[in-house]
Amino acid sequence: MTKILRHYLFWPVAALVALLVANTIARPSFLAISIRDGHLFGAPIDILRTTAPLLLVALGMTLVIATRGIDLSVGAVVAVSGAVALSHIASSPNPESPVTVLTAIGLALALCLVLGVWNGFLVSVLGIQPIIATLILMTAGRGVAMLITGGMITTINSAPFKVLGSGFWLGLPVAAVIAFGVFAVVALVVRRTALGMLLEATGINPAASRLSGVRSKTLTWTVYTASGLFAGLAGLLISADTMAADANNAGVFIELDAILAVVIGGTALSGGKFNLSGTLVGALVIATLERTVTVLGISPLVTPLFMALVVIAVTLLQSPRMRERLTAATRRPVATTPPEPQPAARPDPTEVKA
Amino acid sequence: MTQQTAPAVVEMTGISVEFPPVKALDGVDFRLRPGEIHALMGENGAGKSTLIKALTGIHSPTAGTIVVDGVERRFTGPADARAHGVSTVYQEVNLCENLTVAENIMLGAEPRLLGGLHWSAMRRQAASHLERMGLNIDPASSLGSHSLAVQQLVAICRATVGDCKVLILDEPTSSLDTDEVAHLFTVMRTLRDEGVAILFVSHFLDQIYEVSDRMTVLRNGGLVGEYVTADLPPAELVQHMIGRSMEVLEAAEEVLEHTERPADATPLLQVVGLGRKGSVQPFDLELYEGEVVGLAGLLGSGRTELARLLTGADRADVGETRVAGAPARLRTPRAAMSHGIAYTSEDRKGEGVVDGLTVRENIVLALQARRGWIRPLPRKQVDDLVASYIKQLGIRPANPEALLRNLSGGNQQKVLLARWLATAPQLLVLDEPTRGIDVGAKAEIQKLVADLAAEGMSVVFISAELEEVLRISHRIAVMRDRRKVAEIDGGGATMDQVVDLIAGGGTK
Repeated sequence: MTKILRHYLFWPVAALVALLVANTIARPSFLAISIRDGHLFGAPIDILRTTAPLLLVALGMTLVIATRGIDLSVGAVVAVSGAVALSHIASSPNPESPVTVLTAIGLALALCLVLGVWNGFLVSVLGIQPIIATLILMTAGRGVAMLITGGMITTINSAPFKVLGSGFWLGLPVAAVIAFGVFAVVALVVRRTALGMLLEATGINPAASRLSGVRSKTLTWTVYTASGLFAGLAGLLISADTMAADANNAGVFIELDAILAVVIGGTALSGGKFNLSGTLVGALVIATLERTVTVLGISPLVTPLFMALVVIAVTLLQSPRMRERLTAATRRPVATTPPEPQPAARPDPTEVKA
Repeated sequence: MTQQTAPAVVEMTGISVEFPPVKALDGVDFRLRPGEIHALMGENGAGKSTLIKALTGIHSPTAGTIVVDGVERRFTGPADARAHGVSTVYQEVNLCENLTVAENIMLGAEPRLLGGLHWSAMRRQAASHLERMGLNIDPASSLGSHSLAVQQLVAICRATVGDCKVLILDEPTSSLDTDEVAHLFTVMRTLRDEGVAILFVSHFLDQIYEVSDRMTVLRNGGLVGEYVTADLPPAELVQHMIGRSMEVLEAAEEVLEHTERPADATPLLQVVGLGRKGSVQPFDLELYEGEVVGLAGLLGSGRTELARLLTGADRADVGETRVAGAPARLRTPRAAMSHGIAYTSEDRKGEGVVDGLTVRENIVLALQARRGWIRPLPRKQVDDLVASYIKQLGIRPANPEALLRNLSGGNQQKVLLARWLATAPQLLVLDEPTRGIDVGAKAEIQKLVADLAAEGMSVVFISAELEEVLRISHRIAVMRDRRKVAEIDGGGATMDQVVDLIAGGGTK
């Protein structure tokens, strides 16, 4: 029992289950999945689809955070990606052609890759603090997107592109298939190769890693590039969902949601050890939470407050100190009356500086 | 001197501390009396730091009682302990370098004035505390502008502000030179005579014998015994600490075999006029297979800087490097590694270990980094490799999955050595590999260096302990004022000879 309680995934998963239970109580058919036109339908499927862009962004964010960094520019990159793809399709004589759509996707991803390379350059080569380095693109990126769309909200009609946002493949939403697929591949690469360990070493002790021959600079550069690329992919999914590129509003605050997903998943913002599976659960928690707000009929006025409370609860339960207290509480026999005053929070031994 | 009859100010009974699965302390008793300097002895990992942390509330004991000044207490942390008269000064100075000396001393006990700080009173009080320590520095100067030794004394000064009954000094002398140590001891004796109970941890046996009145010896988390220093000969103490006969120690004492190298041998590494502005003056050096070259010199004489140029940790701005006769550019540690050159930094914590990773990950880090991330070492190979180094170097706990931060300093050092040995280097540059670790581990490391050289490895050995350098080196390069001033044959060199060179005719 104690072991399960101490597992880093326990509280995020518990939060997810609690949210699903709350939804099911409010709407008993919540978890029901039906088949319509050969596709799966239902709230859980919807949640998977809406998680997709956030999951991609959070994936890149996890890797960046592992190296002690942060990428604030992902929201802007989302906007740039949508703007490039949709502008290309809109200006093309044949918006329904798969070639046009593939070119648009290629262009958008290539530009986002370049933006990621830019961030990585600022951080790893010029040594600018990540929060400042990516803040530059966070603000400038929206300007770039505005420039591309000419300040208008670009809308298009293109069936092949729409598939990305609302299509189905083998009964599942294409967006979810892409995001979860990319996530699985990256997670596999990170843990099956030595990439994960080298990233963690870089995040925990950059100087020691350098002396050990770890190419910390290259690694850091790579994760920012990957983050840009994943944000670009997320931007495509978002813009294909609405079939519109809105330079001002696409992907607004997605960087914060992504950071939140990482933290809920048990990865510390101080870098080092990271959990991709935690990030996956974190992203699902956030997407489910957004869904819960509508299901429970919570007034839009208090929605942010409600979400904040849930997030605070989860992150608190996640914290080492809280977990330590809880395990101490479960270890103690219940029968003992009156409970002796708690010896003030015992620091987690792993947290104590040697 | 020692007040035999005085009741103990700290009485710890049956203390156990566990970090599952490790039992760091097992039913240890410890008593500290007012007006004594009490040394806590033991090898790395014996539980010295854990006992101190149990006393100051950083670790909560799973069993046992702690009585301070007649009252049973469990402190919630160092601040709580300090409020009850138990202050600690750690090995690494834990002060704020960017604040002034006065601010550092008075932090937490600042004189107030109308809700704000009473700056002039703060400086005045700090000055009087400094005077008591015999420290003649400006309280308004910033702490970072002073030497480590002064900072250490300031840290002690800070610890004695307020009602200090117990002062814990954890390895305070490891980075001080002889004069500074003497000053520190004077301060310690003054405090003792004022009735403060001092708990002193040091790896230098001669210092222990010079300053302590009584000692408690720990081994493997258990209590060996409490002794009056004057009644316990050093040889016996060492046996108590390592729990075995002196053979390991004696093994290292064996004179290194001095094989004559052929006159036409190509140096493994040859540098000509290598230097870096503001770091070390251009120097020449040749390193041969199977040879240990010692670097002797005072702290700050350029020993470390020289080592960093040899290994690509810093980039040289003049000079040539040849590896096995061929010109090479060692611009990064990675480049040096590809030529079979390994370097362990003197800054174990900052530049050595990755404390959030496991023993296993720390050991394979350099090897894996050299292979690149795309080609992970097969798990079986990693496990075998790690198991063999844990066994060979006697790393404790012998658990590959233990987090490195839970290991003692000496064991961390062994892991660091294992990391480099795993890359099978031809040249191993060890910067202070024995600093802050106990006699047993020290002897083991010295023996290891001798063995490695016998197997054909070239080793550069840096240590502040001259005796150690003399014992282990075939050749000794002497550094003074960021310049290599001499190179002598290790076999015939005497301590006096080297000291003369280091001192450079009274310029010290």
